[in-house]
Amino acid sequence: MPKVNITVNNNPATGEVEGRTLLSTFLRDIVGLTGTHIGCDTSQCGACVVHVNGDAIKACTMFALEADGATVDTIEGQANADGSLNVIQQAFQDHHALQCGFCTPGMVMSASALLKENPSPSEAEVRKYLEGNLCRCTGYHNIVKAILAASGQEVSAVAAE
Amino acid sequence: MPKDFGIGVSQKRREDVRFLKGAGNYTDDINVVGQAFVHFLRSEVAHATINSIDTSAASNMPGVVRIFTGADFEGVGGLPCGWQVTDRNNEPMQEPPHPILAQGKVRHVGDPIAAVVADTYEQARDAVEAIKIDLDELPAVIDMADALTENAVKVHDELKSNLCYDWVLGETDNEKVQAAFDNAEHITTLELTNQRLVANPMEPRVAVGDYNQATEEHTLFTTSQNPHVIRLLMCAFVLGLPEHKVRVVAPDVGGGFGTKIFHYAEEAFCTFAAKACNRPVKWTSSRSESFVTDAQGRDHVTKIELALDSENNFTAIRTNTLANLGAYLSTFSSSVPTWLHGTLMAGNYKTPVIQVNVKAVFTTTVPVDAYRGAGRPEATFQLERVIDKVARELKLDPVALRRQNFITEFPYDTPVALTYDTGDYNGTMNKLEAAADFDGFAQRRSDTEANGKLRGLGVNCYIEACGIAPSNIVGMLGARAGLYDAATVRVNATGSISVMVGAHSHGQGHETVFPQVVAEMIGIDESQIEIVHGDSSKIPFGMGTYGSRSIAVCGSAMVRATEKVINKAKKIAAHLMEASDADIELKDGQFSVAGTDKSVAWGEVTLAAYVPHNFPLQDIEPGLEETAFYDPANFTFPAGAYACEVEIDPDTGQVSIERFCAADDFGNIVNPMIVDGQVHGGIGQGIGQALLESCSYDKDGQLLSGSYMDYAMPRADDVPFYAVDHSSQTPCTHNPLGVKGCGEAGAIGSPPAVVNAVIDALQSAGHDVDHIDMPVSPSRVWAAMQS
Ligand code: FES
Ligand code: FES
Repeated sequence: MPKVNITVNNNPATGEVEGRTLLSTFLRDIVGLTGTHIGCDTSQCGACVVHVNGDAIKACTMFALEADGATVDTIEGQANADGSLNVIQQAFQDHHALQCGFCTPGMVMSASALLKENPSPSEAEVRKYLEGNLCRCTGYHNIVKAILAASGQEVSAVAAE
Repeated sequence: MPKDFGIGVSQKRREDVRFLKGAGNYTDDINVVGQAFVHFLRSEVAHATINSIDTSAASNMPGVVRIFTGADFEGVGGLPCGWQVTDRNNEPMQEPPHPILAQGKVRHVGDPIAAVVADTYEQARDAVEAIKIDLDELPAVIDMADALTENAVKVHDELKSNLCYDWVLGETDNEKVQAAFDNAEHITTLELTNQRLVANPMEPRVAVGDYNQATEEHTLFTTSQNPHVIRLLMCAFVLGLPEHKVRVVAPDVGGGFGTKIFHYAEEAFCTFAAKACNRPVKWTSSRSESFVTDAQGRDHVTKIELALDSENNFTAIRTNTLANLGAYLSTFSSSVPTWLHGTLMAGNYKTPVIQVNVKAVFTTTVPVDAYRGAGRPEATFQLERVIDKVARELKLDPVALRRQNFITEFPYDTPVALTYDTGDYNGTMNKLEAAADFDGFAQRRSDTEANGKLRGLGVNCYIEACGIAPSNIVGMLGARAGLYDAATVRVNATGSISVMVGAHSHGQGHETVFPQVVAEMIGIDESQIEIVHGDSSKIPFGMGTYGSRSIAVCGSAMVRATEKVINKAKKIAAHLMEASDADIELKDGQFSVAGTDKSVAWGEVTLAAYVPHNFPLQDIEPGLEETAFYDPANFTFPAGAYACEVEIDPDTGQVSIERFCAADDFGNIVNPMIVDGQVHGGIGQGIGQALLESCSYDKDGQLLSGSYMDYAMPRADDVPFYAVDHSSQTPCTHNPLGVKGCGEAGAIGSPPAVVNAVIDALQSAGHDVDHIDMPVSPSRVWAAMQS
């Protein structure tokens, strides 16, 4: 079986895969990074979002072999060096942007890609950007609020206005 | 200084840290050494006789460990139904068998026919494709009315018909009901569908079975809301295993919404196969598989009639509902259209005569069971839609009409078997009127119209019954389970506390909220208190989490167990301070003797309990650990009023939600932030039902919405920010915390508000339309505007 080498969260990782092995499966089952979740089989839910060479990618849309040689960042590598939550993660906790936590890794990875691209997004831009990330628990209210807060915007008065 | 711990504080969730770092431990993250993988061969047709299953080629495929078919499960019990409904003639419901793997016939797309256990998941999948089956296809049974006709094809040949039960609640005398309608000044009738939905927790279901030959112990890791219920059902009814040899663990679970309450074939299969193959066996559902195996929700077709007198008082309600059960009776399916639906038909209103009739029907579709709200959204939708319709017909203010008919005196015995202990529906409506700014609507409508769009305001109320119990009453109604819950408070020698609870957290935040209660009672820091849940080998036998019951039922058990702990600790403290028990006070984690300056700290007392050198051994036992089982005296009755404003684009029929306000009365609240979050999530699902979601089958029984490509889940840009208000509070009168539960309210209360708003918008533009079935899609709205 062919071998895949990637750098994941700054560490080398390697493993043998079948041609059909998806990057999401490789990360979870071979590298053992189970923070990347699998919520669908049609690339719609976004629970599996990781960064490949800096771009947000649904890991279930990519074969592991296609990622050979790539730099991959997953939710496990997002905290600050001292183990504390990064700004986005902290905003998610502060604003109760997660309930069951299953969509959360993908949401955090998408949010960080959004804020890199657009450091001060509007509410509508956040909602639009999250089109590929499903959450069944939160009704999205607090996720949008947390991302706006992580971007440094004032959210204390957010309501149905 | 503001309070910084205990009840009423919006404590941030401690569980978030692990979830945010990708360190949660979900069932699919669990891999047992040596595990094999199972993949199921599932029916691709809705209804067929199985002539033969040829596994010979498949068994020679690489990695195949063993192939199972229905023949391997002859003599093994089927999946049980947990609630026996008695019909209007006092006959028990028709209860067909529900085998683990199909026996002779398949009855819905997705029904499992065979299972391949192999070394890898891919090998199991490949081998499934090599199994040859010979089927004789039978006509699908899809439409409920057709299914009840005399010559209908039967889903279960051994039953008399496709009717599971014909059930009546409330006034059983048809003539009395008819008389109430005959005497009415005005009658409004509405026929509507509450469409089938798929619960869709983001985590698909997973089961891992493991068997230890040396100890003869089974372990099942499963995505469940109630591990003890699964253990009991699987041991007692399906596999005939001794419960003490079976451990069921539901670790972090990625959302449930009802569909992870039930005992599923895959759980029993993995437990059975792990022993049969002498290897751990793991099953991970794909999303496509979950669309054809997770029990689905709703699916009622209803005619509701509402009678009013000349002063617009509601005088009678009559409903006739067909409820789809799918092909088999899922665990609590029979209770949803009956005791969780009919009992709510009084709503928030004092209507003296109510008759609810439900005919529950078998069809060749995926089984239907509880989905967030379970029966109560169906009741609320009918009632609040028909009230809205009558208000429009009689040109009455829909809010004033509701207020006029509100129940205002409590306790109130409804004509449909419930006693509401407390509530203040006018109070909640007042909060809504303020939060939703009804006064500003006219201006907002004219602004919208200036942009060439329509704007509508929809309002509705809801009431729900949570914390279902008491056990002896529900037992009389057919429940085959108790509905108490349990908690053990184990105080450690150094004063920290582990609380083992029967409730299960799959997003509700129990790990944060429950310690707030214990911390409040003892006066120690929440960080000293840890919640243990989800593992039948660690927790007392509790019933898990569903029906918004956790804080009301399990929370009450936890309070009672903590009270026992405090009482014993006071005895120890009294001994240490040479005082009388009756004089001991506990405040801020210090025991003191009333009227003196003598005191001992919590930690000194707990240490004495486990190092009992100076201890009243003649009076009490060492140690400090107590368990309580709590069986509620009644349901709790959260209630509220919701308002939605929509804009409609007249060119496309596209509806967008502009404002959504919820005013709920949940009684006392332990963590307001978490309660807000529960309501947000429920509203998101309710808006999903109102505008987007629909699980539909074609006439051949093929599922047309079997993936996220065709089942429209609500996304972030389908919904607005919501305004929620919980300041109207009438504490529950019969549980120690005065709490009611908040998990389902949003999903129950929001669909009628959305549809009422759409109708309001269309009527404002002169369209003669009084109802549109959900989902209120652009094509349906556009079509309604053309008529
Ligand atoms: S698992 Fe990748 S999008 Fe759903
Ligand atoms: S937090 Fe559960 S799916 Fe988003």
